[in-house]
Amino acid sequence: MSAGTFAPAPGAAPLARQVLAQAGMETRLLLRNGEQLLLAVVIPLIVLVGAVSAADRIGLSFDDPTVDVLTPGVLALAVMSTAFTSLAIATGFERRYGVLKRLGTTPLSRGALLAGKVGALLIVELLQFVVLGSAGLLLGWSPDVSVVGVVPAVLLGTAAFAGLGMLVAGTLRAEATLAAANLVYLLLLAGGAVVLPASAYGGLGDVVQWLPSGALGEAMRAAFNGEVPAVEMAVLASWAVVGGAAAARWFKWE
Amino acid sequence: MRIDGLVMRYADKTAVDDLSLVVEPHTITAVLGPNGAGKTTTLETCEGYRRPQRGSVRVLGLDPVKDRRALMPRIGVMLQAGGAWSGARTEEMLRHLARLHADPLDTGLLMERLALHECGRTPYRRLSGGQQQRLGLAMALVGRPELVFVDEPTAGLDPQIRRTVWELLEELRADGVTVVLTTHYLEEAERLADRVHIIDHGRLVASGSPLELTRGGTVATIRLVVTQPFPPGAPEALATALGATTELTVLDDLSLQVSGPADGSTLATVARWCEVHEVLPESLTLGQRNLEDVFLELTGREPEVSGS
Repeated sequence: MSAGTFAPAPGAAPLARQVLAQAGMETRLLLRNGEQLLLAVVIPLIVLVGAVSAADRIGLSFDDPTVDVLTPGVLALAVMSTAFTSLAIATGFERRYGVLKRLGTTPLSRGALLAGKVGALLIVELLQFVVLGSAGLLLGWSPDVSVVGVVPAVLLGTAAFAGLGMLVAGTLRAEATLAAANLVYLLLLAGGAVVLPASAYGGLGDVVQWLPSGALGEAMRAAFNGEVPAVEMAVLASWAVVGGAAAARWFKWE
Repeated sequence: MRIDGLVMRYADKTAVDDLSLVVEPHTITAVLGPNGAGKTTTLETCEGYRRPQRGSVRVLGLDPVKDRRALMPRIGVMLQAGGAWSGARTEEMLRHLARLHADPLDTGLLMERLALHECGRTPYRRLSGGQQQRLGLAMALVGRPELVFVDEPTAGLDPQIRRTVWELLEELRADGVTVVLTTHYLEEAERLADRVHIIDHGRLVASGSPLELTRGGTVATIRLVVTQPFPPGAPEALATALGATTELTVLDDLSLQVSGPADGSTLATVARWCEVHEVLPESLTLGQRNLEDVFLELTGREPEVSGS
């Protein structure tokens, strides 16, 4: 071994490279995790195919074709599963296993860490949209896409759920986070007006549309119907501010 | 690195109590102390995880909390446990850390030096404790730091790999890296460290080179092993002959240990006792004072058991 192998040459990588590295790493870990993949793709796919093909038998009927109503809802579910459940579980275990502590003494700043996490969420969501959107199209979905509706709705929905996910992950133990994140996912899937429109919940619909799940579901249905869902986006933005501020205030790194 | 009058208190307990010490550049400095002595709190304050409650900490001339951005690229930290995603593969984890740095070490070389190349594709959760330990060290070194903090670098490693790690730490020093290490193994500190700081109850109780610390002891140890079991009453007679200033421990039927003033009379007393009681020594060893004895004298406690 020649002398000077370990001669000091410290320095931080350029910020962009750090963020890309972090986003890439988190994406790979997420896609490699079977349970998270189940939540991200398999369950939404089952919900979509199952509900569309069995709509008549289970008494689902809407003004518009069933697949046109359900596909945007399933895309909203996909955003929720990734930005809330997957993020919370992954971050909870990062706290538990000292990953955040470890990264705390690298050049990676907290801002770059968060940017990396958001990057990973958006990459995974894009993959989900490709898979689930294709499935919808195969089932006969004919969307009328409003780009200025869809993009902000997805971003705001991601921000709202990510803030809440980080709040759960940063305050509960890893096991409790795992349980809570899955439970909330199931409850919102069933009763949160994500997949089914708020109107399907009768009187309860007036309440659930103010939940982040209801707001995102309604926003996606509107945005894939050529509209710009201003009210729902405002609701999501409010949740993002509340969740983000609470997470920033109460998140414990260790 | 310089710590001045550091005080750290938790709810009802003072973890670090007016601690001051200096770490010279390009040295290996060992921080020793019993469990709960305040070693980890001190180190974590230097690493910027905790804010000093009183006193000041400067690492490479920087404030670890305020100057975090400037300091972090220049230091390497090896945590005692964890620090990796359970699903991340060894090589992938190390590469990730490398990408956060401007001019990292070659990860392949580092893995080879630490015998990690065989488990490059193994997820972290399936690594053995020793492999996780070595990956932790690799992660601390990959950014070519000027100063590394290593917490228990060889705990749970087999002797051969422990020697590899020791050689690596010595090479770091030779290449101009400053190493601050905590360890359970006093022989590790004795072999590696240029300077040893012994901490107890959050205070510095001794500082110096291993030689300075072990020199000039006042206690000598004599270990006697005999060929036949001691005759009844003989060990008691020896204890009486040696007097109250000397401590006698019967280790088993065939061996005993005497700790007493480091002078010729203790040895003479033991020799005379052998003659009187017709005890035939198989071996008689005079203990040299080592860092362990110093540690025991100063803290009154055994060093922590490894893996605790």
